[in-house]
Amino acid sequence: MEHPERWHRDQFRHRGPFWLRQRGGNGGPLRRDPADRLAGGVAAGVAEWRGFNVTTVRIVFVIAALVSAGYFVPLYIVAWLFIPEAGAEASIASKAKYDSRGIRLAIGLASLLILVLLVAGVFNAGWLTHWAWPLVFSVAGLALIWRNASPDEQATLRQLLEPLETATGGTSRKRRSAIRLVVAGGLLAAGLSWLFSAHASLALLRPLGGVVLVIAGIVLLLGPWWLRIARDLVLERQAKARVEERLDIAARVHDSVLQTLALIQRRADDPQKVIQLARLQERELRSWLFEGRDPNDTDADLTVTAGVRQIQQDVEARYGVPVEVVTVGDCELDDSLNALIAAAREATVNAAKWSGASVISLFAEVEPGEVSIVVRDRGKGFDPEAVPADRKGLAESVHGRMTRRGGTVTLTSAPDEGTKVTLKMPHTPAQPRPSTPSRT
Amino acid sequence: MSAPRVVLVDDHGLFRSGVRAELGRQVEVVGEADDVQPAIDLIGELLPDVVLLDVHMPGGGGQAVVQAVKADHPEVRFLALSASDAPEDVIAVIRAGARGYVTKTISTTELADAVRRVAAGDAVFSHRLAGFVLDAFASAPPTDLKPSFDPELEQLTSREREVLRLIAQGYTYKEIARELYISVKTVESHVSSVLRKLQLSTRHQLTRWAAERRLD
Repeated sequence: MEHPERWHRDQFRHRGPFWLRQRGGNGGPLRRDPADRLAGGVAAGVAEWRGFNVTTVRIVFVIAALVSAGYFVPLYIVAWLFIPEAGAEASIASKAKYDSRGIRLAIGLASLLILVLLVAGVFNAGWLTHWAWPLVFSVAGLALIWRNASPDEQATLRQLLEPLETATGGTSRKRRSAIRLVVAGGLLAAGLSWLFSAHASLALLRPLGGVVLVIAGIVLLLGPWWLRIARDLVLERQAKARVEERLDIAARVHDSVLQTLALIQRRADDPQKVIQLARLQERELRSWLFEGRDPNDTDADLTVTAGVRQIQQDVEARYGVPVEVVTVGDCELDDSLNALIAAAREATVNAAKWSGASVISLFAEVEPGEVSIVVRDRGKGFDPEAVPADRKGLAESVHGRMTRRGGTVTLTSAPDEGTKVTLKMPHTPAQPRPSTPSRT
Repeated sequence: MSAPRVVLVDDHGLFRSGVRAELGRQVEVVGEADDVQPAIDLIGELLPDVVLLDVHMPGGGGQAVVQAVKADHPEVRFLALSASDAPEDVIAVIRAGARGYVTKTISTTELADAVRRVAAGDAVFSHRLAGFVLDAFASAPPTDLKPSFDPELEQLTSREREVLRLIAQGYTYKEIARELYISVKTVESHVSSVLRKLQLSTRHQLTRWAAERRLD
């Protein structure tokens, strides 16, 4: 979609035949135009600067590249390096000056390419050497640009390289290494057969042997250095990843812990609320630190354990009563287990609302053939024979939920001795999953 | 019974002084240490009844303390304390020889109870540790064991499972005794027997945790 203002500007510039000069240029300094670029925005920048039509400049550039046998390409890249982006003060080169790793990478890549070209030269592939030097300089320059350009420009570069990436990076690692093996094997076989068939006489092989020795020497000489450059890059990426991780932790601590601390300060006069907030925060932090779980995506895996934890979180948040959860084993939820979880939720909410207990214990066990959940409190309890009507209603709903799917409910309670609700649901598992703690 | 003599080992001074202040009346805190080596020296010197031991400590953790002290003074008993209620953190310490594990959020009365129980030679399990043990012993015992293996060690009896379930549900020993119509002494002996299995079993799940922590 074209921006209206831009469109207007282009209109003004495009009066008359496209290859004609339109205006005396913008009069300002030469700047690359990031808004209208195919590669570095140099052509657009030049057009803007001298007041040419962009397309004309581009065509001139392409012709120049062809006529100069490729030497125009590194020139373009040098321009990319040294002409600052519009709106930015510093050029990429001024940044790249300080990027010693990048410079080493550029030199390393260039030397690697030179070696490849040398090998190509041995096999008389003249067309390759023809393009060699522009290629070497272009690759080195691009490496520097890649490392020092603004994120915006890097995105453009990535887009340009996309076809290359789908050829190499898009496939899975395994497949890629297989492809590499096949290609390398093919090259080797072809090279060897060529060597021994085309140059059958030993006299011809002798200089070749010398060249091979030279190449091997270069590889021996520069190989470790290339490797070091590669390793350096890996280390740098790891360091970057660590910084990102630290930022992530900082963000998490800020979002959760600091927020809660602020809340606690404001609610300092309400001890009940403070305890509740602290508990919630503690649980969230723990599940993140020790179990590697993001507390915000509880719906991610629907298992008995996840369901029970959801009950715990909700009840603690809503009623401020701590819920102690222990789970043994785990399995996916199905229809009847969803009913079991729902019944357990009712029972837990019930305990939180009525028992007056300071803590509710929630125990879930997945056994082959059966899943049971026990909800227990040490609250005031009641006489099951003389239940008030409203509580009977709730008990009924728990009961109904369970029995409809073949489950059972056992309720034991006595005044001042707390209440215990045992819910059992038959379950034939696909495979009972042992609860493997996620720290492994 | 006189109050048990206790040594506190924890790298957080604030926590030590907190425990000392709260437990002071019910147990006799005879010493404190904040690191592995000082702790080993101090325990060897004082020979307390119970060592309250933080699991996460720099310099080898609580496990190193247990192993070093147990070699010379097998009569010293350890109760592991941990901020995390992830029992796998604690399995290594238990297998090194600690007689129990509680989380730092435990109430003072319960902690004093636990200390007394450990001092008397019994075991103390937090409810999550009980759940973990049930989990670890849920499957059939592994078959690829050394010939020396004792099948009795690899399985929990149904009574032991019952007891562990009730601990996991937050029952006290007294409540468990009443629920199962057995004496408190019997409950204690069941738990001690589970502790022994936990320490000696060759189950992969247990040995794996232990091995992992040792690498720290």
